[in-house]
Amino acid sequence: MTQARHDDFAQRRLALADLPEAELEARFWRLAGELVAPMVELARTHTSPSIERSVLLRMGFSGDEARAIASGCVDHGLLGKGAGHVVWRLAQARGTSIREAGLLLAAGQAWDQATALFGGGRP
Amino acid sequence: MKLHPERKLDVEGVLQDLATYRPRRRGWSWRRQEPDGLELGPFHYKQVSRPLAHSIPLPAAKYFGGIDPQAEMVITTEIASGRFEDDLRRMRMAAWHGADHIMVIRTAGQSHFDGLIEGTPEGVGGVPITRKQLRATRKALDLIEDEVGRPINFHSYVSGVAGPEIAVLFAEEGVNGAHQDPQYNVLYRNVNMVRSFVDAAVAKQLMAWAGMLQIDGAHNANATAREAWKVLPELLVQHAINCAYSAAAGMPKELIALSTVPPTAPPAPALWLDLPYAVALRELFRDYRFRAQMNTRYMESDTREVTVTHALNLLITRLTSADVQSTITPDEGRNVPWHYYNVQALDTAKQALAGMDGLKELVRLDRGGPLGTKVRELKERAVLFLEEILATGGYFRAVEQGFFVDSGYYPGRGGDGIARRADGGVGAATIVPRDEDYLAPVCEHFGANHLPPGSNAPCELIGGCTLCHPDKIVYVDELDEDDNAAVRLAAHAEHRATGLVRPEVQWYADGIVTVRLFIPAEPRTAQFAALAACERLGLAELEVINKIVAHPAEGTMVDVRGKVTFDIDLATLKVPPERPSLSEDAIRADIAARPMAIVAATVGEDEHSVGMREIIDIKHGGLEKYGITCHYLGTSVPVAKVVDAAVETAADAVLISTIITHADIHRLNMRRLDSICREKGVRDRLLLVAGGTQVTDELARECGLDGGFGRGAKGLEVASFLVAQRRARSR
Repeated sequence: MTQARHDDFAQRRLALADLPEAELEARFWRLAGELVAPMVELARTHTSPSIERSVLLRMGFSGDEARAIASGCVDHGLLGKGAGHVVWRLAQARGTSIREAGLLLAAGQAWDQATALFGGGRP
Repeated sequence: MKLHPERKLDVEGVLQDLATYRPRRRGWSWRRQEPDGLELGPFHYKQVSRPLAHSIPLPAAKYFGGIDPQAEMVITTEIASGRFEDDLRRMRMAAWHGADHIMVIRTAGQSHFDGLIEGTPEGVGGVPITRKQLRATRKALDLIEDEVGRPINFHSYVSGVAGPEIAVLFAEEGVNGAHQDPQYNVLYRNVNMVRSFVDAAVAKQLMAWAGMLQIDGAHNANATAREAWKVLPELLVQHAINCAYSAAAGMPKELIALSTVPPTAPPAPALWLDLPYAVALRELFRDYRFRAQMNTRYMESDTREVTVTHALNLLITRLTSADVQSTITPDEGRNVPWHYYNVQALDTAKQALAGMDGLKELVRLDRGGPLGTKVRELKERAVLFLEEILATGGYFRAVEQGFFVDSGYYPGRGGDGIARRADGGVGAATIVPRDEDYLAPVCEHFGANHLPPGSNAPCELIGGCTLCHPDKIVYVDELDEDDNAAVRLAAHAEHRATGLVRPEVQWYADGIVTVRLFIPAEPRTAQFAALAACERLGLAELEVINKIVAHPAEGTMVDVRGKVTFDIDLATLKVPPERPSLSEDAIRADIAARPMAIVAATVGEDEHSVGMREIIDIKHGGLEKYGITCHYLGTSVPVAKVVDAAVETAADAVLISTIITHADIHRLNMRRLDSICREKGVRDRLLLVAGGTQVTDELARECGLDGGFGRGAKGLEVASFLVAQRRARSR
């Protein structure tokens, strides 16, 4: 936790006092950009159960179906592959439609096959 | 389906055929400001958009030809009573009062629900946001926007641990705007911060595809902090974080709106704090949009006090700018908003914005005075805040150390900020790295996506995603056979069919009413005396909702909420036919073409003169105002003398006032007027009218007169009646 601190604005502002308004504003936005950059990169390279469910919704699954498939992916260490990827690969391997493959997974079936398709997944 | 102004919204009809209903458009709709302004009635408006096809103007509009000027900015109302089927009716009322942005609040707890909710269960303090609820609401709003003749934006929240899924849902179902701000999750909903930011980027790209307007959540710091004006530097920082993050996630800046609230309220000298902040914000964020929210921090139970604060908030809007003006219902400090308070809040905005139309052409902000100094100071404080976050190791570290929602005026600190752990909160440890072969075979997916070489569109792999092929959307109707809209509607279907009606404020026939009493006693006694009075009125479930002390000993005004437990049967209700009323201009034209004279007096032994003076005096807007010649004979005039005067002056009408009712003297006076006129053979050429506190039109006609006017009658109504009667007779 931070400690209580008195308002020492008068000292802290000395470095900013002579900045023209436009430069002060430019500094504000440069700092904001620096602040969010690592978080944007984190988002670009990571995923979550909700993100994967959002992919499954866009593939034509209901909320409940998406929940079952995504949590199966979490359980089998496959979330990092992409839940939609898992469904797509399984459909290809079994020669079924995307929807049929997804419903199998949602029903708790074919997970061994799905995991094998990705070289065993992560433990 | 099509709406008719004289018919109620068919809610059951809206709920039918939802499986195949598709929204007619996606994306946000701005109002179009008329570039040269508009002439409306006798006035020229500058900051105005096209009038509505159907609307309810402000009460005073009747003096200006019934004009209903609509401001240039989108106007918001927030509606969520827990039962969305009842909210649909309120949305229609709101649209008629100028709302074109309907914000639906989510039920308590939905932000921690890890997935989507289906069906239409009842909510608490809001409604569960589901595909069916969205689709039915969008369908109703499509009907309502056709009725009022203006696009209506539908809005809810993309937050919590299911943000990306909600964003898909909104994009698919034609939702036009949403709150999305990962900081809100972190600070106020204790959602894990890493999860919140990672999810947010995905949600934001989907929102961008759907053309939705994003509103951020920074204003909540203002609503949470004890001394709300001290969080201003932090608010600038919070806005900047969400703006910069959203732009980096691919949102166009013109669809990123800051949710900004004037931080304080009277008796604080509010403008000294609110105006510099508003200016600093609009200068720093000039590339973005502004949603001006009203202050909620210092709202209590008195709707009058709240309304004045909100009118001052609208002054800030007119002195600076807003793209969306939100409204807060004046009862929000004491309950989930009621129907008519949505209407009042919208009217407050409409009234103030019209009244301050073109303000900036009349006054200019003095940037060279104390305003400029304060604006500069706020910007510097915000820059220092950002520098310290970076020096601490970034946003997550700063949140862990409690940098945010601190009560100090930064760089001052109260040491009481909201601290969260990066590895804690709801949804902690659920984020995983995308593998090198990560793939999502759908469109508009933010982040790394390793599509097979040569693919044109990501969803090619699966033969199209729902964004490209909406027919692939899976529609779920209801999952709970007891807790749904159809069951709730069926519960009162018979009540509706039999033509019974009961007062309501939010849900069908909820029976809630308020009674306002002034009790001449000390405050606590007054409170219990008011409750006792309402109990004797037969109201149930009583609660005092507001109290204003007029004087510690002389008395207190008390507002009591209660429930009526009976219905009114419309089949047997006697509704007297309405007297047709002519416009002021039509009356004047008629009198100008054919002059009219009347003789007026208070008859019998009766010294009351005020009522009759109200009806005839020009300064009260009486008959003289329309050019009618009035011979006023005074009080306690015998009826026969009034008739004689009418004959002598060749008057067109006789107006008698009869207030005293002892021994039914008012009836006798009216009968006598009719019979004397008959005896003298002048009944056919004289219009006979009586007025008085106990007179009704029915009673006067029963006594042989042409018409009667009771308490509260206005000169305009009498003039209109006289002209209409004369026209009817000459036909």
